Amino acid sequence: MQRSLFLMALMSPAAFGPAMADTPRQLGEAYSAAAGAAYQASARRGADFYARKFGVSEKLASCAACHTDQPAQSGQHVITHKAIKPLAPNANAERFTDPAKVEKWFKRNCREVVGRECSPGEKADFIAFVTEGR
Amino acid sequence: MKRAMLFFALAALSAGTRADRLPMPADAPPAFKAECGSCHLAFPPALLAADDWRQIMGRLDKHYGDNAALDEATRRQLEDFLAKNAGTGRRVARPAILAGELPRLTFTDRFRKKHDEVPASTWQDQRVGSPAHCAACHTQAEQGSYRERELRVPGMAGKRHDHD
Repeated sequence: MQRSLFLMALMSPAAFGPAMADTPRQLGEAYSAAAGAAYQASARRGADFYARKFGVSEKLASCAACHTDQPAQSGQHVITHKAIKPLAPNANAERFTDPAKVEKWFKRNCREVVGRECSPGEKADFIAFVTEGR
Repeated sequence: MKRAMLFFALAALSAGTRADRLPMPADAPPAFKAECGSCHLAFPPALLAADDWRQIMGRLDKHYGDNAALDEATRRQLEDFLAKNAGTGRRVARPAILAGELPRLTFTDRFRKKHDEVPASTWQDQRVGSPAHCAACHTQAEQGSYRERELRVPGMAGKRHDHD
């Protein structure tokens, strides 16, 4: 049930609307639930994932390549040099509040940096890391 | 020297205000800013010719070192918007490119003419990084304005422009 609610939230953002914006914690919990009933998100695993050089893209080798090694800092796109606002909700309250936007960027950036889609568990870990730090 | 300054002032005036105002066309779909404008400035469509935009939008999976692929409906919507509002004539003329390369708005006659006084040190400055990073110097680029008095060139403290 929780899982189908989660999928509905991802697939029909208009039905939920901006008034139903999620908190980063709720989003992380939804991804954890999608990873399995027993899944415990880990900020430590998220930190490792964030810093890992996947080697799929030469310039966009890791999350940290653009977002810096501190998610609370402003980043910079390594190719275009456009400024990127901090990922950490503590530093940028808009982050991880819009499920459709979060899913869109996980999809795009995982394909680019990791070379495949990220699993719900990886996403839950990622959110745990940028939300809590380590 | 004074004469040169006067010449440049007149040249700037005669170039008209249109040249440094590139407002976003009113028919820009929301996806334009959301998709194109996330990783780089949502470039004014007038900066490239329609055929160049079509080439770029036809190879989003190999987008200047990035995979920017979109779903087909969004891709086509943005390609149509860009082609419809594209630039024409000499301003968007550019040198021939090799097969497999993509057109670049920074290679067009307009861009090169407008930036021919920018020293190499500015292009190499980390805060600039890429010639397509308009907002590094054009402080109102996000608003479609490229006027000289809005310039703040990194590394040229207190000096907005060579002719100021």
